[in-house]
This record gives sequence, structure tokens and C-alpha cells, in this order.
Amino acid sequence: MIRIKRVHVLAAAVVAALCVPAAGIGSGKGLPTKIGKGEGALNVIEWAAYTDPSFAKRFEQQTGCIIHRKDAGSSNEMVALMRSGGGGGGGQYDLVSASGDASLRLIYGGDVQPINIKLIPSWKQFLPIFKSPAHNTVDGVHYGVSVQWGPNTLIYNTKAVKPAPTSWSAIYSKKYKGKITVPNNPIQIADAALYLEKTQPKLGIRDPYELTKPQLDAATKLLEQQKPLLKRYWNSATDEIADFKNGDVVIGAGWPYQTLQLKAAKAPVEETIPKEGATGWADTWMLAKRAPHPNCAYKWMAYVTTPQVEAKQALVFGETPVNPKACPYMNKIQKGSCAAYHLNQPLSYYNTIHFWKTPVAQCGWQKANDCMDYNAWQQAWTQVTG
Amino acid sequence: MAVDVPALAGPPGRRARLRFSALLWRRPWLKALGLLSPPLAAFLLVYIGALVVLFVSSFWTVDSFTGKLVHHWTLSNFRQIFDTSQPYLRIAGRTIGIAAAVTATDALLAFPLGYFMARLARPRVRGLLFVMILLPLWSSYLVRIYAWRTILAHDGAINWALNGLGLPDQNIDYTNWAMWIVFSYVWLPFMVLPVYAALERIPDSYLEASADMGARGARTLRAIVIPLALPGIVAGSIFTFSLTLGDYITPLLVGGPSSSFIGNVVYDFIGINANVPFAAAFAVVPVLVMGIYLLIARRLGAFEAL
Repeated sequence: MIRIKRVHVLAAAVVAALCVPAAGIGSGKGLPTKIGKGEGALNVIEWAAYTDPSFAKRFEQQTGCIIHRKDAGSSNEMVALMRSGGGGGGGQYDLVSASGDASLRLIYGGDVQPINIKLIPSWKQFLPIFKSPAHNTVDGVHYGVSVQWGPNTLIYNTKAVKPAPTSWSAIYSKKYKGKITVPNNPIQIADAALYLEKTQPKLGIRDPYELTKPQLDAATKLLEQQKPLLKRYWNSATDEIADFKNGDVVIGAGWPYQTLQLKAAKAPVEETIPKEGATGWADTWMLAKRAPHPNCAYKWMAYVTTPQVEAKQALVFGETPVNPKACPYMNKIQKGSCAAYHLNQPLSYYNTIHFWKTPVAQCGWQKANDCMDYNAWQQAWTQVTG
Repeated sequence: MAVDVPALAGPPGRRARLRFSALLWRRPWLKALGLLSPPLAAFLLVYIGALVVLFVSSFWTVDSFTGKLVHHWTLSNFRQIFDTSQPYLRIAGRTIGIAAAVTATDALLAFPLGYFMARLARPRVRGLLFVMILLPLWSSYLVRIYAWRTILAHDGAINWALNGLGLPDQNIDYTNWAMWIVFSYVWLPFMVLPVYAALERIPDSYLEASADMGARGARTLRAIVIPLALPGIVAGSIFTFSLTLGDYITPLLVGGPSSSFIGNVVYDFIGINANVPFAAAFAVVPVLVMGIYLLIARRLGAFEAL
């Protein structure tokens, strides 16, 4: 094993050495100070449509960086892909569009490298909460650039669910037994923790992603009680859409994407952010440690965060830009879409959303080391769903 | 190589080739070794080697912070699997139970079908039945599962038919019942073919002899047909059992809230902190189950019927 590692270190060193002149590293901190000439290719691990040709084609024409895509189906798959071939993207991948439940795993696993955020001009326009969020910035070091986000909302059938729900208690109570659906994802534990934070203050939950053992046990217990009430755990957005459409489920946790698709299909659904607040995902383009085409990667990060492209991507995928300057462009493509995706909301709205971050042992809020890490969350989730 | 070879004519290259072929002729085992060793080496290295690596890594752990492997021998992964307060035994039990149920169902369905095809059907009907059994295999496995989803759905074909007859709705979509039905359907062809082959091999004279000695249909079936068809059924069951045991897509697509299979847990754990050791430990379970199953199957003569 040691020999293999040495080979990998050597390969990484060679790659790094090749990158140095191209990327123009000159500053004391070892970060590039300007973006060099493109290498002609860009290999990404992405959520499907994150480099959709409708906006990526122009990038390819402008920069000559031809995009090669590897679509991942889940955060776990993204992490696994980044770790294949010796980690750091295997010397093959340049960028990964990691969600908040994967990004810290990649940072602590040493699979991604710091970036010089000043090389991404649109970053200054971002909503303040997306400039240096905890899921992609550690000790002031940026490991990528935020790109899009969305809340995890409570979706319900307006004909079957009356009165309109205002609390997450709707998916934990017997009233809609057998007609409820929630995502099949360990990070769903945070939704339960957020609900407990508000309804059982005795547990002392301060952050739904930083749970001590008793807090995680309490969330697990709540989810175990919820399980007999569920129709199923949904695995993909299209699953949930189909179940709402045919009436298999009438209430559940989902994304604005599902709501918009269902409304477009004339299904009687609405979504809400209940009074307890909601969790949300925020995605980051992160630079692989052994990226073979760092200049193209920087060019992409700069391109994809410009207002026009942010607007296009938001509407292709059904999510919200991190750059508020995208608002008029969204409305130009689709009337009223800026408001429909909550981009025009005040800061108080954003404060109700607790963005996904990978659970790690270090609890920021109590300066201790006894929080349950993602491995424990996965085991708890298997305990609930298995 | 010290064997004395009569002097051969021709250039040295040709002579060496002839000497080599003479050697192979005199030592047949050398020839067999030469022919078999490349595929055998590949098999040993790739397949057995991978299994060994799997088995070895199941005794390691993962550093949960960095996600790196810790090469420290421990039984903790296995202890966790066999801990009854953990869900893993339950998941293994569900996987094995459904695999067994699917196998029994397919055997029950395939036997009359195979019997009809092998002994009663005319060649034209037999050909038609073969096509109908094999036709689903031409479409993707995923397409067939999704088709079942639309059949079982709340507003699907079954409920439509039930309502038409004035009966109440069935509610089996996204349950273990749905998994059982879909698995039984998907793997049925793999049972029908060996059962058919076994039944076709029974000589007519045996059945005639049985009838001559006064045995009725049921007795002949019990004493002659079933014992002779058993190796075929067991051979088919190896397919249906192992295919169900290793599946993880059907549970994702048609399973309900408690539907995880061993494969789902393995898949989930490999992505998380790259916890390969735990996944490997759990993956050893179906390997052991299949090993025991194959030993029993060999006892029952399944390998002669393949």
C-alpha cells in the first residue's frame, strides 16, 4: 500500500508542477493570482444538467474548454467518485458540484484544494450568506464557489390536506398516515432535529447538523415513529412527482422543483416553509486536489456565477441562484420566476433556512468533539429505514 | 528438455518449433496447462483475488474523520452486523427470506409451465411459449420494473380492474409484497428453462412403465417426474435465489419504507466515508449464504442438470 501511495504522491506532484506555470501561482499563499490559458478540456462530476448545454455551449465556444460530464445520482456517489483512483479526483476530474452534505467530507478528506475567490468576479455580488458559508469555507479558506441553492419545503395536496399545514408536525402525525413521503437520505435526520429543536427545547439542540449522541438518538426515535406513517422514502425527484400526481401521497418533504413540475402538470399542490423553518441544500463548485485542467476550472467557476448564466441554470434545474443580480434575467426568461424561486426574499427568509453541511465530530457551538459524524448519521439512517 | 530428439531438417527456428510441438505431443498435461493457464490466471487474479481482498478488508476499519482505511485487525464490523440491536440482521433476514419466497414461487409457476412445454405442447405451441418466456429478457430489466410500478400504482391497471369488478382497491405498491411479485416475474425465465430441460430429458418409457404397473397420474408425478425434475428445479433456484440475493435496484424502485436489501446497505456504506470495510463485511454474508446453498444444490444433483 505504501508503494501505491508514493506513486500517487509522485503523480500529484507532477500534476502540481505542471499546473504551477500555467496557473500563474506567484503569491505567498500558493494560490493562483490570475487565470491562465485554458487547457482545452474540463472534466466535471455534476448533478445532471449542472453543465447543461443550453448555457455551457457558449462557455465552450468562448474558452475552448470542452466539458466532459460524469453525472452522479447522490452526494455519496459524488464523494465516492472523487475518492476513486487515489482521491483528489483521481487526477482525472477537475470540478465537482458538491452539495453541503458532501462538501466538508471532501475538504477534510483532502480531495479538494483551496481556491482564490478573487478570481471569480461575480462572487462580490453574491448574497452575503453564500459568500463564505460553513459548508465550503473552513477557517476563512475557500474550497469552492457557491452556485445555486434551494429549500427543502413541505409539499401538500391542497384538496386532501386541509387546513393548509403550517408546521412540520403534519408529517409526524397520524392524520395523513400512509400518504406521507420523505427523502431517502441520511441528511433527512436534520429535518427531524430541526423539528425537535423547536418542539422539545429540553434536548438542547442548537444546530440540526451538530448533534450529540442523545440528540441524534432522539431524532432517530422520532424518525422511527414516523416510518409506519410513510408511503415510502423517495429516491428521486421524479418518484415523488409521480406519487403526488397519482395520489399515492398527499404530503411530504421535497424541493421547489417538484412543486413547480406538479403545478405545471395541473396537480393541486402547494408548498410552504413551516414555522419551524426548513433545511436547504446549497451546491458548491469545488476544485479537485489533482485537477488536470485548473485554468478551465477557474474559467467555469467565473462563468457559471455570472447573473445571466445563474438565471439560466436556475430555470433549467429548478433552483435559486446565489447571485441576486440574476433576478431580472430570470424574469426575462420566465415571467415572475424570480419571486417563484424566492430570490427576491429579504434576509429574514434566508435565516429560516438551515443549509446542509456534513456532520462532523467537532461541534462549533459547544467547542467540543462529541458530535456524531456522518458515519454515525448513516448508521442511524440505516437503523431507521432498514 | 533433455529428451533426445532426432535430427530435424530445416533452419533452427523451424527446428525449435517442431521440437516444441513434439514436446507438447509427448506431454499432454503441458498442453492442457498452456491452454488453461491464461484464463485460469485471469480468473484467479481477478475474481478470487477480488474476493480475498473483500474478505481481508472486512477486518479493517475506517477513520471516520479523514475517511482513510485503518489497517488494524478487528472483528468490530462483524460484531456490528450480528448485534441484534442493529438493523443488519433484520436486513439480511429480509433479503434471504424474499429470495427464498421468490425461488419457491418461481418453482411453483415454472413446473407446470415447463411440463406443458416439454411433454404436452406441439412444437409450434412450444416455440411460441419459448418466445413469450424469453421476450421480456430482450427489454431492459429497469423497463420491466417500471412497468410493474405502473401496474401496481394507486391508479394503475390492477386497481382499475378491481374497481371495474366492484372490488376495493389493493394497496400493495411500495411494500414487500410488491417486491416479491416483481422479483418473481423478473427472474421467472431463469427457472423455466432448466426445469423444462430436466423434464424434457425424462424418457417416455419411464412414464409408460409407471402406468403399466398401475400407477395413476398423481403417483407417477410424485414417484417419477418430480424426483427426475428436481435437479432442474434446484439448478433454476440457484439463479432465482442468487439474483434476488444480490439485487438492490428493485428494492429502491418498488420497495416501501422497510425494504432495504443487503445490496442497498453495501451501496450506501461505500459512499459514506468510503466505509468499504463495513460494506465488505456485510457483503461476506451473501457469499456465505450462497456457498452453503451451492453445497446443498450439489448434493441434490443440480450441476448435472445445468
